[in-house]
Amino acid sequence: MQPGTAACADRAEGTDAPLLVEASGIQVQFGPLWAMRDLNLQIRRGEFVSLVGPSGCGKSTVLRLLAGLLPRTAGEIRVAGAEPSVARRHQVRVSFVFQDATLLPWRSVAANVSLPLELAGVSREERACRALEALTRVGLADFARYYPQQLSGGMRMRAALARALCNSPELLLLDEPFAALDDLTRRQLNEELLALWLRDRWTGVFVTHNIAEAVFLSTRVLVLTPRPARVAAEFHIGLPLPRSDELRGEPEFARLVGAVSRALRACVQPPYGSDQRPT
Amino acid sequence: MKTVARYAAAVGPPITFLVLTLILWDAAVVLTGVERYLMPRPADVWQAAREHALTLLRAAVLTGSAALCGLCASILLGTIVAFAFSQSRWLRRSMYPYAIFLQTVPIVGIAPLVISWFGTGFASIVVIAAVISLFPVVTNVTTGLLAVDRTLAELFAVYNATRRQTLLKLRLPAAVPYLVAGAKTSCGLSVIGAIVGEMFAGYGAAMPGLGALIAQTHGRLETAYLFAAILASTLLGVLFFSVASLAAGTILARWHVETR
Ligand SMILES: Nc1ncnc2c1ncn2[C@@H]1O[C@H](COP(=O)(O)OP(=O)(O)OP(=O)(O)O)[C@@H](O)[C@H]1O
Ligand SMILES: [Mg+2]
Repeated sequence: MQPGTAACADRAEGTDAPLLVEASGIQVQFGPLWAMRDLNLQIRRGEFVSLVGPSGCGKSTVLRLLAGLLPRTAGEIRVAGAEPSVARRHQVRVSFVFQDATLLPWRSVAANVSLPLELAGVSREERACRALEALTRVGLADFARYYPQQLSGGMRMRAALARALCNSPELLLLDEPFAALDDLTRRQLNEELLALWLRDRWTGVFVTHNIAEAVFLSTRVLVLTPRPARVAAEFHIGLPLPRSDELRGEPEFARLVGAVSRALRACVQPPYGSDQRPT
Repeated sequence: MKTVARYAAAVGPPITFLVLTLILWDAAVVLTGVERYLMPRPADVWQAAREHALTLLRAAVLTGSAALCGLCASILLGTIVAFAFSQSRWLRRSMYPYAIFLQTVPIVGIAPLVISWFGTGFASIVVIAAVISLFPVVTNVTTGLLAVDRTLAELFAVYNATRRQTLLKLRLPAAVPYLVAGAKTSCGLSVIGAIVGEMFAGYGAAMPGLGALIAQTHGRLETAYLFAAILASTLLGVLFFSVASLAAGTILARWHVETR
């Protein structure tokens, strides 16, 4: 494992955007277990950063920290210059997409999508309008009155995405949102997600096990070490935007995927943790 | 035609079984020559049921109302108690163990006590029915209010939901299926509670409930009538259960939750 970060050649554009997330020396301890020890992270506004790493290394924990859902043992995290839990209340609109759709079964799709607005006290008319707009963006406008149970897995994920977009987030945290989907649907949603990001340019932090997905979506990919999580390697993805699914056939794409896989393998291999599940 | 055939296939076997049982029962009584006050013939039961149809019906209505009142009271009270438990860790810690423990107290034991407190009237029966059906509601709803999915709780936290919003829009709606499940259990218990209560209290000879009828007919060795009363109690229980299942199904369908 190489200490710190091993930066890659492809320097991306727009590195002078202001920092949105600054984390240094983060330590997280669950009882006797160190989930994180000295994690450093900087994310600029408008970036799309993917986190890849072995299962159980602490990727979800990173997202929870950024959303201010989890206390840390030590270290500094600033989101727009503030504590994450304060930032999400006062400075930055944050949205979270969880691994499963987490829709409320007793609410219609539209009512689920507008939940963030409802909690923020937005009026009923505006809620309906913006929910429909978000649903249109993910191609679910016709299903506004349906209930989650009546949707397929892919559609539920789309609805969850619409809910996350509904409050026009500035920071969008996505935790393996497409893990449960088949490859075709996943690639389709990848394209849609990237188009949505290009359109609105929120800052994205995306956790995934799928390296091709990470390369396809991101401006930067971070490889995390097994627990305790640290950033083992960093890749700037200079692939031109907008990107379409055909990009996956390009040699440059294959090269980047190969490089990230190698970095991931390199940091997993030697001391294979005793309680580490294989990915 | 197909539906008729399917209906016949569903109803045929149990009907056949019933008829066979009745024939065997009748044959056994005739062949063994057992005393009628110990074991009446099916025809005697039918005769008694027809003879006392009006009394049985009145008794069933009375018992049914007592059970229903008790059930409603227990659902209301149980929900309130469960809500209090879910809101206060201190309350839950100190009292919830007893809520589980009290569930095991046999209702037959406390029925006479309730009667000596509330008198031999309708009120006592309602109280007994309510007490016996209270705990399933309390334990189920408490579980439901507390067992909110962690990710859903985080979802509400990310969007800065207040405690009140989380309660109204997440915890309470999420507990509805639990309430339904608890109420379904309580439903059967409330009928049992009412009948047991009446066996001790009755409402006086002028207007007996099913439990009182059972006690009276047993005392007078009117066994055929006793059988009819037991049959009526069973039918009342079935009615309660069917209505509860139907209501539960409707509510859960509206809630769009998979029926367990
Ligand atoms: N609430 C918790 N209590 C105790 N331990 C926890 C908790 N949450 C996470 N952990 C531990 O912290 C470590 C990191 O968990 P995390 O969920 O962040 O992993 P991950 O990288 O997202 O894994 P996966 O890829 O499987 O989702 C795990 O080993 C897990 O056991
Ligand atoms: Mg995870």
